[in-house]
Amino acid sequence: MPVKLTVTGAAAVAHAMRQINPDVVAAYPITPQTPIVEYYAGFVSDGIVDTVMVPVESEHSAMSAVVGSAASGARTMTATAANGLALMSEIVYIAASYRLPIVMPIVNRALSGPINIHCDHSDAMMVRDSGWIQFFTENHQEAYDFTIMATKLAEKENVLLPVMVNLDGFITSHGVESFEMLDDEVVREFVGSWNPKYSLLNTKNPVTFGPLDLFDYYFEHHRQQEEAMKNAYKELPGVFEEFEKISGRRYDFLDLYKVDDADYIMIVMNSTASTAKYVVDQLREEGHKVGLVKPQVFTPFPKKQFQQVLNGRKGVVVLDRAMSFGKEAPLYSLVKSSLYEVASRPSLGSYIYGLGGRDTTPEMIREAFEDALQGNLSTDEQRYLGLRE
Amino acid sequence: MKVKGWKDIPIGGVIDKPATAREYKTGEWRIQRPIVDEEKCTNCMQCWLFCPDMAIDGRLDGKKMKLGEVNLDYCKGCGVCAAVCPVDAIEMKSESEFI
Repeated sequence: MPVKLTVTGAAAVAHAMRQINPDVVAAYPITPQTPIVEYYAGFVSDGIVDTVMVPVESEHSAMSAVVGSAASGARTMTATAANGLALMSEIVYIAASYRLPIVMPIVNRALSGPINIHCDHSDAMMVRDSGWIQFFTENHQEAYDFTIMATKLAEKENVLLPVMVNLDGFITSHGVESFEMLDDEVVREFVGSWNPKYSLLNTKNPVTFGPLDLFDYYFEHHRQQEEAMKNAYKELPGVFEEFEKISGRRYDFLDLYKVDDADYIMIVMNSTASTAKYVVDQLREEGHKVGLVKPQVFTPFPKKQFQQVLNGRKGVVVLDRAMSFGKEAPLYSLVKSSLYEVASRPSLGSYIYGLGGRDTTPEMIREAFEDALQGNLSTDEQRYLGLRE
Repeated sequence: MKVKGWKDIPIGGVIDKPATAREYKTGEWRIQRPIVDEEKCTNCMQCWLFCPDMAIDGRLDGKKMKLGEVNLDYCKGCGVCAAVCPVDAIEMKSESEFI
């Protein structure tokens, strides 16, 4: 029987990891990811899991150890945030290029500077071209569920890509909320056992990982990574369906909230979607046809789904919790380019919010919606919610 | 070695069988090649011993070693063989002479 736990998001993620029971976890603690690693270290020291825990001296070493472990054929996980991810980033690219199915919760936090430890998505956006699959999760339940689904997807034979499960720093990671935890056996059966095709420890069939690729095959290997992303996109609906069978919870590329008849749609990722849903309810009561789209899968980017949902709407506002200096905001630019091919393009607005943990209130969300309702959107203008002039 | 397309290679840069470097013809870099004057050669095998790429073949003739062919697939034209030859039997000639 699934049980309700009322804990922090970090504990929810740690429980997902405990049920997956990876062979190796190598991690370095960084705020606000620390409690995930702390809880997990507790599970290891109490003998609840079989995992070999490797405490390392930096995130660069954490990801290096994780790559070595995954190449040896072990099911491997780690977790990080912001500057830790930045320090890892060299090896983050290598993990994807070596096609190692590592799962890594990212507790989203501002990437300095000036120094800030609070939530925004600049860390995840920094590595958006690294070749990792990226999930974004709104709350404890989703962080827990997607960690489990990530393992299933990463290890598919035609995918074999690492996965990041993003959850909002402090808001999700440290906030206490209820979530439903599946039975250990159910999760264990869902993720199954991991039988890698290549393993450094298989002395009967010795292989080399990480050879010099140069101009001879580098291009071809990157083309393979693109194919793996396409396969991930194709495999995801099956993973969602299988997960629904064990949990009763139905996920998709996009979480659609009251969009069926909506003329105006907001797009926002992670925990702020909860605030936005509250504002959608308020505006609906006032008779406005508004709705919300929350992308759960950012990479591979669900372009077709966006096209289907947004084609023919009157106005769409995209909220980004990261900036892309000198360019359009990351989520906005992808949504905008998706709409190039649709028959009837909505008017678009780009909004930056919540940088460095700046509080995002219903009033701010309402402000963006009202711009859309009043036909006051400008495709080429970046606006800011909660910024002091 | 024939280069393969992206669908035909192992994923992730894995080399799934050992000693594949043998298929990698490093001799393509060469701009000079050694030519052995068999009249002068005493089969002392110094060139065979010093060749850093094992590009010079030796073969047994009865109980004595004899100098064999230079394997141009691997000879990088470094000229060590010519330099160590005690009887000046090896001359390094420009590759352009053999086009």
